[in-house]
Amino acid sequence: MKKRMIHFLVILMIGLYLLLPVAATFLYSISKMWSNTILPSGYTFSWYQELFTDPRFIAALGRSLWICIISLGLSILTMVVTVFVITLYLPKLERFFQAIVMLPYAIPGVVAAVALIKTYSSGPIVISGTVWIVIGAYYIHILPYMYQGIRNSLRTIDAKRLMEAAEVLGASKINAFVHVVLPNIIPGIQVSSLLSFSILFGEFVLANMLVGGQYETIQIYLMSRLQENGHFSSAIVITYFVIILILSWMMLKLGTRLQNKERKEQVS
Amino acid sequence: MKQKIRLFAIFALLPFAVLVIAFEILPLIRMIIDSFLNDEGNAYTLNQYITALSNPYYSKGMINSLLISIYSSLIGISIALVTSYSITQMPKKVQSIIITFSNMTSNFSGIPLAFAYIILLGTSGLFTLLFKELGWDIFSSFNLYSWSGLIAVYVYFQVPLGILLLYPTYSGIQKSWRESASLLGASSFQFWWHIGLPVIFPSIVGTFSILFANAMGAYATAYALVGGSYNLITIRIASLVGGDVINRPHLGSTMAVILGLMMIGAMLLNERMMRRVRRDLK
Repeated sequence: MKKRMIHFLVILMIGLYLLLPVAATFLYSISKMWSNTILPSGYTFSWYQELFTDPRFIAALGRSLWICIISLGLSILTMVVTVFVITLYLPKLERFFQAIVMLPYAIPGVVAAVALIKTYSSGPIVISGTVWIVIGAYYIHILPYMYQGIRNSLRTIDAKRLMEAAEVLGASKINAFVHVVLPNIIPGIQVSSLLSFSILFGEFVLANMLVGGQYETIQIYLMSRLQENGHFSSAIVITYFVIILILSWMMLKLGTRLQNKERKEQVS
Repeated sequence: MKQKIRLFAIFALLPFAVLVIAFEILPLIRMIIDSFLNDEGNAYTLNQYITALSNPYYSKGMINSLLISIYSSLIGISIALVTSYSITQMPKKVQSIIITFSNMTSNFSGIPLAFAYIILLGTSGLFTLLFKELGWDIFSSFNLYSWSGLIAVYVYFQVPLGILLLYPTYSGIQKSWRESASLLGASSFQFWWHIGLPVIFPSIVGTFSILFANAMGAYATAYALVGGSYNLITIRIASLVGGDVINRPHLGSTMAVILGLMMIGAMLLNERMMRRVRRDLK
């Protein structure tokens, strides 16, 4: 029993440690004035009001959503087909393919940005400083997560045998893929898409180095307003964090539903 | 028929191939070639590598990054090791709640995290004021905008990641092993020293390499805290390529290649260790 108390205390302390920065930021964002006192001297929601009526914030939010959705859409469209074709029909290429899609996981944002700037600021194609280079960089950035999600889904449903079964029953390859395989892997794609989306939504280095202030995303906006007013900045931080929390909550719900479904299928 | 399938496969892979070549392969090759060019960009040389490794200004940035990554990973992994063990001692339902909570806080990184620490420990931060009021001067030597501050912030994002990676390995230590060990007269310490630790050791090394790489590549946190004034490898690279003070783009490529190699090394180490974990647990 005494041992249990110690474990409980350890978890409690770490929990507080992890919660503290978030809690302090939240408190800061709803306080009127907070200087030279331990606790704020009054509470207000005016910082949020100011934030949500700031056209610059709305525009930055819109830009972030836009580039995240475009890169994610591009990724879903191309990766589902590619992973499917590689795992089912070109297993010889799998190791090589894996190396290519996992490599971005080891490449930090700064390095990727340098490589892209080198390639596209001179020469035949100059897209450095435009939104297209960010979309390209983001597409590469989420490859590892999309790949793992799609491959795991294909494995759990045993796509190979599903395809064979559909083809024996007279379906063409394309029909079998669209009507049999695809509906079965959609939940898996949803989970990895949400994960990728939240990663891109919080991305700063690539966006800042590749386009910077010319295309202000939510993180660049936050960075530029950090020095101005602490209360206002904490309202941005909390808003951003709430969006991320909603995304991860959705991910969790989808993930558990997926697991339950798999368990049920295994039982029956 | 076979021909048709092949044709279709090529057609299906084309968009992916174009994007990956354009935004991953080609840029990386270009950067590597670039790293061997001299400052004028008209001849190949190893000088950039010599400068990066021997010029104190740049090598210091590398060493700083290495040290800060090692320290923050060591502290982070120790906390995570203890915490994830404590988590395994909780009822199953509580365990999943704590893991979810820890995963959620892992999203709190980069600029938002640096900002939160400024509120807590900055010059007029919550704790700075509290400690001043209480008259504790253990913290008067602590400065958020110095090395100790940077390590404190880095540790915060290492802990949830460490818990996430280490927590599953404890399930590899089966209850029956503990029981048989204690039946044979082993103390708790002996059990951990001779059985528990060797079993989880590869995943500790693997997790360490991930945390290390995570800190090595971090940029936003330090940048938000003190701008470009820290001498870290990532900040050096960014200012060499896009900065306005000194612009030596080829040296930037060189340092980026060095950093990339370090990261790939850390990831390969992790993969090797994880393969060992999986084999041991089979």
